[in-house]
Amino acid sequence: MQGLYAVFRKELQDHLSSYRFVILFALISMVSFITSYMAAVHMRENLEALASTRFPFLMLFSTPGAVFSMVQFVAFFGPLIGLILGFDAINRERAQGTLIKVISQPIYRDAVINGKFLAGVATITLMLVAIVLVISGFGLALVGVVPGIEEIWRLFIYLVISIFYISFWLGLSILFSILFRSIATSALASVALWIFLSFFVSLGAEVVANAVAPIDRQDEVRPEAVLENAQVKGMVSLTSPMVLYTDATATIIDPMRKTTRSIILMGPMEELLSARFQNPLSLGQSIIIVLPHIMALMAITLICFSVSYLVFMLQEVRT
Amino acid sequence: MDTIIETVNLTRRYGRQTAVTGLNLQVKKGEIFGFLGPNGAGKTTTLLMLLGLSRPTEGTATVCGLDPVRMAREVKRLVGYLPENVGFYREMDAVQSLEYVASLNGFEGAGARKKIEELLDLVGLGEESGKKTAAFSRGMKQRLGVAEVLIKDPQVLFLDEPTLGLDPEGAVQLINLIQTLNREKGMTVLLSSHNLHQVQKISHRVGIMIDGKLIAEGSIDSLAEEKFGLDQKEYSLEEIYMKYFQEV
Repeated sequence: MQGLYAVFRKELQDHLSSYRFVILFALISMVSFITSYMAAVHMRENLEALASTRFPFLMLFSTPGAVFSMVQFVAFFGPLIGLILGFDAINRERAQGTLIKVISQPIYRDAVINGKFLAGVATITLMLVAIVLVISGFGLALVGVVPGIEEIWRLFIYLVISIFYISFWLGLSILFSILFRSIATSALASVALWIFLSFFVSLGAEVVANAVAPIDRQDEVRPEAVLENAQVKGMVSLTSPMVLYTDATATIIDPMRKTTRSIILMGPMEELLSARFQNPLSLGQSIIIVLPHIMALMAITLICFSVSYLVFMLQEVRT
Repeated sequence: MDTIIETVNLTRRYGRQTAVTGLNLQVKKGEIFGFLGPNGAGKTTTLLMLLGLSRPTEGTATVCGLDPVRMAREVKRLVGYLPENVGFYREMDAVQSLEYVASLNGFEGAGARKKIEELLDLVGLGEESGKKTAAFSRGMKQRLGVAEVLIKDPQVLFLDEPTLGLDPEGAVQLINLIQTLNREKGMTVLLSSHNLHQVQKISHRVGIMIDGKLIAEGSIDSLAEEKFGLDQKEYSLEEIYMKYFQEV
């Protein structure tokens, strides 16, 4: 444990005093400010219409003010935080010759990778909590709504999911920093995978769906074909952590949402439900709906880190 | 004298390549053992196996009575290793760098700070303690590396090419420091080096390793006797080394 704590403390110190952290934090807090400010202004103008909702506070995070909401912003650009914190974790130490020095001290070898991962997670947590708190305060001042207990719980769960989501990307970039000796290569590989998984999978999903379950536009459209097409598309796009994250947070941050499925895939009861009953779901019900998504997100994060761990432990220390 | 490092048939293969073949090495407590051989002969691989950082394909090693494969952490507590081209965190100064190594060894607080000051004075970096390591010269880095190794009060020192790339004055200072540590604190030193002159000056015994095999081991006198006979009184380690090298 002594080694783990020493590595953790040093890495956290490095993160917090590094320029990249300062730049990243400035950028992200600026964007969060702007989006939540827009949301707040928008809400104040339409407060009459919104008065029926019971959760105005959460809308600070989920309402798209100008372009996108705070929640969408984290989904899109949150991964960059993870990537930037991890892409040179191991290979920089290898290149400057400090890795061999550290592991020849009386510590277990895994203390190095565990310490680095935990320091990254701590930095991510710090960033997200700070931003959410600042936006909350901002919202209190601008809109004048006070969060209820349930809203605080929902925000807390949202934070936990977000931390796992960004930690997944942290784990991935640490894995690349172990696999690739060159820092530039690992940075490029992580960014490439991020772009692919976040932006191209949804395009690919459409292609796959049309290939597997084509909708014949010539004849009359069979409802089963449309259904199947939508199902395949939904399945493929779930391979993107971004889609997984968006779905996982959807019902948590927006109590009015009752499903993560698109309108085509809703069953008759679900359709009826969303049309007839304009009441929010209770927190427990919201969680149950997205529990598989949350579990999957946590699982890929842990798997990703376990792979990094194994590769690091089995790798030769030389060169 | 007791044996402090012993290997039996120690072998390490990387795929088809064999880095170390059937190494039987004995280092006695309190001696300076010069570990010689050309580049790529398997010296560093041997040191890594003795530290438990690399797993032997065959054979066993014992360091301070411990098996480095199973008790790596305990071995690393007793053995200080100065790798070839040791690196430092650029943004740290000498004191911070030492503090980090101390904390990895579980030393913190006032005791550690006092120890760090002593060590910096010992290696002659007392004046430079506040300077960033990025601005250190090669000689200063090597001395800081030695200070980092000494922070855990090791029983055994593994020094891999410690004088490589140092100016003559720096090299002599470092060699003298190693000798002092050996004499005054009784540290056993395993010194790998290409500078045969320096090795001859301070080593009690030497081992010559070529292509993963230990082809000679013993005191310099006994090796000279074996190669040149008793009648030749003047010899240098270089001559002995070249003689062995040509025979392989």
